[in-house]
Amino acid sequence: MEVKELKEKVKQVLQKYQLDESVLVDILHDIQAECGYLPKEVLEETSRGLGVPLSRIYSVATFFKAFSLEPRGRHLIHVCTGTACHVRGTVKVLEKMEQALGIKTGETTSDLKFTLETVNCVGACALGPMVIIGENYHGEMTPETVGPVLENYN
Amino acid sequence: MVKLTINGREITVEEGTTILHAARENNIYIPTLCENEAVAPYGACRLCLVEITTARGRERLVTSCIYLVEEGLTVRTDTERIGRIRRMLLELLLARCADSEVIHDLARQASVTRTRFTKQTGNNKCILCANCARTCEEVVGVAAISLARRGVDREMTTPFNEDFSEVCIGCGSCAYSCPTSAITLEDTDGTRVINWPHNQMEFKMKACSVCGKYWAPEKQVEYVARTSGTPLSDYDACPDCRE
Ligand code: SF4
Ligand code: FES
Ligand code: FES
Repeated sequence: MEVKELKEKVKQVLQKYQLDESVLVDILHDIQAECGYLPKEVLEETSRGLGVPLSRIYSVATFFKAFSLEPRGRHLIHVCTGTACHVRGTVKVLEKMEQALGIKTGETTSDLKFTLETVNCVGACALGPMVIIGENYHGEMTPETVGPVLENYN
Repeated sequence: MVKLTINGREITVEEGTTILHAARENNIYIPTLCENEAVAPYGACRLCLVEITTARGRERLVTSCIYLVEEGLTVRTDTERIGRIRRMLLELLLARCADSEVIHDLARQASVTRTRFTKQTGNNKCILCANCARTCEEVVGVAAISLARRGVDREMTTPFNEDFSEVCIGCGSCAYSCPTSAITLEDTDGTRVINWPHNQMEFKMKACSVCGKYWAPEKQVEYVARTSGTPLSDYDACPDCRE
């Protein structure tokens, strides 16, 4: 996306919230949904538009795990590392995942296809190890099923 | 006025006073580290904790620099439990800030001589109290730095960790407000150097047109002129020579 386009999106979101800085987290959520992530220019524009210091916006944007200041993949992978999934062998699944994608947890593949993250329990412990890709839940994962599951996404 | 008891002594203070100030007014000592009157109460270091029993009989541990006095409140500032928790806090702080004189002093006062935790390396004086950032925003109005990230990655820094801050005016309020001297300031012939936990910034100082003394960073002078709506030429001479 061009910087100009990004700034236009920021403007629209700020207008929707009537420049109310008390809902900064919601604003950042919407902006991220529009722009995919929170690039520097976008945070600067948000700061200017709301009249809130950039330092405060940076503080909030880096505090919540839901925000990303780096580009993210089209598909967001969450490997559950909660207690139940851990006991059921999630460590091996995560290792295989990192190996298959060639990235570490928290990173994004260079073709911007996948971003790999972990999560602590998604409430489906009986089906662990759980892997969530986008909106889809994949249960009873093993290192062997990692490859085939990833093939469903392009 | 509000009546309360601290360490068995009945005292009366104005409504809206914190327990800490009520204690100080009555010469009762509570150790503090991050408390700073110039900015809004925040409660980062937890060293000022006290035990309270409310008028309704509820017992709690609270940070006295934030908690406001209540009618009928009973406060204890030096129980065994508080001592135990405070010593633990100091051990943690000692591990985090091995180079901080202030923390060593507070630890010594509480008879803490060593820490069982792994000592942190790198810039190890910052306790993440945000006094610097809050002074910069609340008092100066610039907001050049802030706390970023969370958990073990939390740090005091500029937006995007940039080495140079466009907005910083070099006033040094952060250094003055830092309880542990994690931020330092040094003026040498015409230049001011401010060391933040993550970087270093240099500022050109303005020389007085009369006595020639360097009296403030140029950027700060420009900022003062701009925000007060006065012409920059008003600031050619230093405050001493301006009389
Ligand atoms: S640099 Fe000093 S004032 Fe700023 S957060 Fe760290 S300890 Fe507090
Ligand atoms: S621990 Fe993975 S779903 Fe609960
Ligand atoms: S002095 Fe109260 S929390 Fe630091």
